[in-house]
Amino acid sequence: MEQTFGDFLMSNLTQFWQLTGFYNATWQHFVMLAVGLFFIWLAIKKNFEPMLLVPIGFGILIGNIPFNTEAGLEIGIYEQGSVLNILYNGVSAGWYPPLIFLGIGAMTDFSALIANPKLMLIGAAAQFGIFGAYMVALAIGFEPDQAGAIAIIGGADGPTAIFLSSKLAPNLMGAIAVSAYSYMALVPVIQPPIMRLLTTKNERLIKMKPARAVSQNEKIIFPIVGLLLTCFVVPSGIPLLGMLFFGNLLRECGVTTRLAKTASNALTDIVTILLGMTVGASTQATSFLTAETIFIFFLGFMAFIIASASGVCFVKIFNIFLPKSKKINPLIGNAGVSAVPMSARISNNLGLEYDPSNYLLMHAMGPNVAGVIGSAVAAGVLLGFLA
Amino acid sequence: MKKYFFIILLAIVGCATASAQGRNGLRINEVMVVNETNAIDDFGERHGWIELFNSNHAPMEISSVYLTTDPNQPKMYPVPLGDVNTRIPKRQHVLFWADGRPSRGTFHLSFTLKPGEDNWIGIYDANGITLIDSVTVPASLQNNMSYARSEDGLGNWEVRNDLGENYITPSSNNIIRDENNKIASFKEKDKNGFAMTLMAMCIVFCALLILCLSFLAISKIGSRIARINKMEAHGIDHTEINVSDRPDADSGEVIAAIGMALRDHLEAHDQESTVLTINKVRRSYSPWSSKIYNMRHTPK
Repeated sequence: MEQTFGDFLMSNLTQFWQLTGFYNATWQHFVMLAVGLFFIWLAIKKNFEPMLLVPIGFGILIGNIPFNTEAGLEIGIYEQGSVLNILYNGVSAGWYPPLIFLGIGAMTDFSALIANPKLMLIGAAAQFGIFGAYMVALAIGFEPDQAGAIAIIGGADGPTAIFLSSKLAPNLMGAIAVSAYSYMALVPVIQPPIMRLLTTKNERLIKMKPARAVSQNEKIIFPIVGLLLTCFVVPSGIPLLGMLFFGNLLRECGVTTRLAKTASNALTDIVTILLGMTVGASTQATSFLTAETIFIFFLGFMAFIIASASGVCFVKIFNIFLPKSKKINPLIGNAGVSAVPMSARISNNLGLEYDPSNYLLMHAMGPNVAGVIGSAVAAGVLLGFLA
Repeated sequence: MKKYFFIILLAIVGCATASAQGRNGLRINEVMVVNETNAIDDFGERHGWIELFNSNHAPMEISSVYLTTDPNQPKMYPVPLGDVNTRIPKRQHVLFWADGRPSRGTFHLSFTLKPGEDNWIGIYDANGITLIDSVTVPASLQNNMSYARSEDGLGNWEVRNDLGENYITPSSNNIIRDENNKIASFKEKDKNGFAMTLMAMCIVFCALLILCLSFLAISKIGSRIARINKMEAHGIDHTEINVSDRPDADSGEVIAAIGMALRDHLEAHDQESTVLTINKVRRSYSPWSSKIYNMRHTPK
């Protein structure tokens, strides 16, 4: 029987209807869309890490628009050859995070650390958050590689978390990345109560000696020696540490100003946009709304608390061995996590709250940038042991 | 001078790259001399075979390498150029059929393996001189058994008979793994994660401690040099001053204060006038420069 014109129209419209988001939507899609909108709201209205949460939030919207995955339209982020899939390659193959590290290196001034190298140990102590979370993740029932990928959230370093999870547990990467960036945005809420709880009033009033001026030569030597020493100990950290120190050398050597400017501005901005958007888009309802995600958020929160607390406690213990004139204010201990410069700013604000003349920002920047190095080393260690 | 330096630098980089792209990682991985019941080639026939393995973690192009059974005749079978299948992906295998019929394709060798004799097999690089890998398959190897490395690209050679877990694995891994050994080991021996925490924290502390100590040393040397330079600039011999009398390194705050004071001092002058004025320039007329008087008048 010949198909009438009306039947032809109806069958095509029916096919089209089956391709629309309305036809393919499930309640999980709407939950994820609400999460995306919440992130955008947090970024725009509450100013929580807008550079990250706007791309991630919008990425969640892009990744969770329902469509017929069996139609072979090559539009989904996990469909080979789609535009989103090509952009996502930077996340899945792990080359966006080292590019971000290049930018971080090019915009970070390591002077505070060079002037007072012992602050590096605070950055090391704060990495206990990672391994504390690792132990709890194992106890909950995660496999060692998954536990390692989740635990790195405690390093408070989004690119490192994405890099490691793309290698150790690619299926959990979306949840880990969103969790890491969410908690980084919430650092001003999470850290101050812990810092208050673990310090006495006298400790909060400790005034530290102003840091000495650092010569240009020392600033140039730092990335070279830093790269050689840390990567000889942990070669698996080369992608992150190599790019971090390379970016810093571009900044400090004085003859590559244009390159340093590009790395710290245009390149970082481009990669941040792509990274945030694709990470957001990778959090598809089917793989994101699971019990595992809830555990990951719980473990990430716990890792942040342990990391902040261990940094503060380490300074308190360290102070026992230091002469009175060289005591360290434990309020900079929280800055051992590598949320740069947010956690250093929190140290400063809290210090000013108790003594309006006690500026801790530059002192806190030392452990803060040491935290970046420390978390990259910790990621290298986990990669070396578990990959 | 600069030109020569760059040529030498380029040569070094070139050599390093050439070495990096070499085929040193190519390995003979498994060999079967007499094949009656094992793998079948693309013509539906059974022949002895030689399995090669790319032990590198990067793809390897094997066209133009030579396979041979005679060290005196290293160029016995050149792997032809122009076949896309001669690019072996990282940690993967290719199988060559020792059927003496190279016209059947790239992976059919021009020689056969001899049953009941020791078979020396070698792979030579494209120059026909550099031996990449070789193995002597013992004469005692029975029909339908293979002579294989215990682990891909590594390990001792062993006879495999396809019984139990002693698999013959043409074009496949010599060890079949269904889990990551490292993870399995941590799962079994470090159930609570304490060992990982202990090891990892020690490594993180060591790495940053080494960095810390290095920079304590560098900053001491830096401060010393800066102090000596400073004293020399003031005409003071640093050896004449007691260590206790030498000043500490300047803090950033002190330098900032000095910088601000200098700025105030050096830039303390009146503000320049920034008023723009337009004065009309009056130029009085002079007949000496007039065109009219320079031109010849038309005769009337």
